[in-house]
Amino acid sequence: MPIQYYIGLAIALFCIGVVGVLIRRNAIIVFMCIEIMLNAANLLLVAFSKMHAALHPTVANAGIDGQLFVFFIMVVAAAEISVGLAIIVMVYRNVHSIDVNFLNRLKN
Amino acid sequence: MSATEIIFWILSVLALVSGLMVIFSKNPVYSVLWLISLFFAISGHYILMNAQFLAIVNIIVYAGAIMVLFLFVIMLMNLSATAEPKKKVWMKFTGVISGGLLLWILLSVVRSSIDMRGKIAEVKTGDIGLVENLGKVLFTEYAVPFEICSVLFLSAMVGAVVIGKKEE
Repeated sequence: MPIQYYIGLAIALFCIGVVGVLIRRNAIIVFMCIEIMLNAANLLLVAFSKMHAALHPTVANAGIDGQLFVFFIMVVAAAEISVGLAIIVMVYRNVHSIDVNFLNRLKN
Repeated sequence: MSATEIIFWILSVLALVSGLMVIFSKNPVYSVLWLISLFFAISGHYILMNAQFLAIVNIIVYAGAIMVLFLFVIMLMNLSATAEPKKKVWMKFTGVISGGLLLWILLSVVRSSIDMRGKIAEVKTGDIGLVENLGKVLFTEYAVPFEICSVLFLSAMVGAVVIGKKEE
């Protein structure tokens, strides 16, 4: 597969995530759109790692770092989601809303 | 058109349609279900590129654990009963326009770049995505970041419990 196809797909997914963050008011949907953006970056990292492996066929483990970075991104995303959802639950318990326009002030 | 290309296009269309449905569904539960389908499509791409370890981890961690967490939170809040207040139409319009402009600019940069011309991401072959090779590198070269990740997870766990606890 030409690398441009993978780059195009990842860019399209990333832009879907950006549009979702901009147009939705539900904090949980905004969170999901961040996940979409992270996954677009992961897909691109794996595609580039395979491209690197194709460019250097004689070097052992060429391009393996990209796949390890995807692994670390997944770890960080899991930690981020657990803390973020705890914060959203706490906010909902206090103000009974997760509307991001309503939550634009941190006071009260 | 070879079988690999057909699978690539099917998975890409599935991923894009799922992504669009995530942001345009009215009900948050449907958004979560479409997001799971998006993760499966991306896992399919990983399998196509022979990154088997990442494909399995993506399904287990994202589609299995994180999405269940999302579903739990949504059902805990009973959000589907109360409709989300509408954003103003022109706000949505400007959001879509700016996202589309970003897409257009990035795509035209990729199309015109000479660097990326003729480069191939190899599919169906290569052994760098197998558990054996990834594990060897992870526990030798990347042992310190791996251990730091465990500390990060511990702090995230403690943080989630502390934040989610009811105040006395």
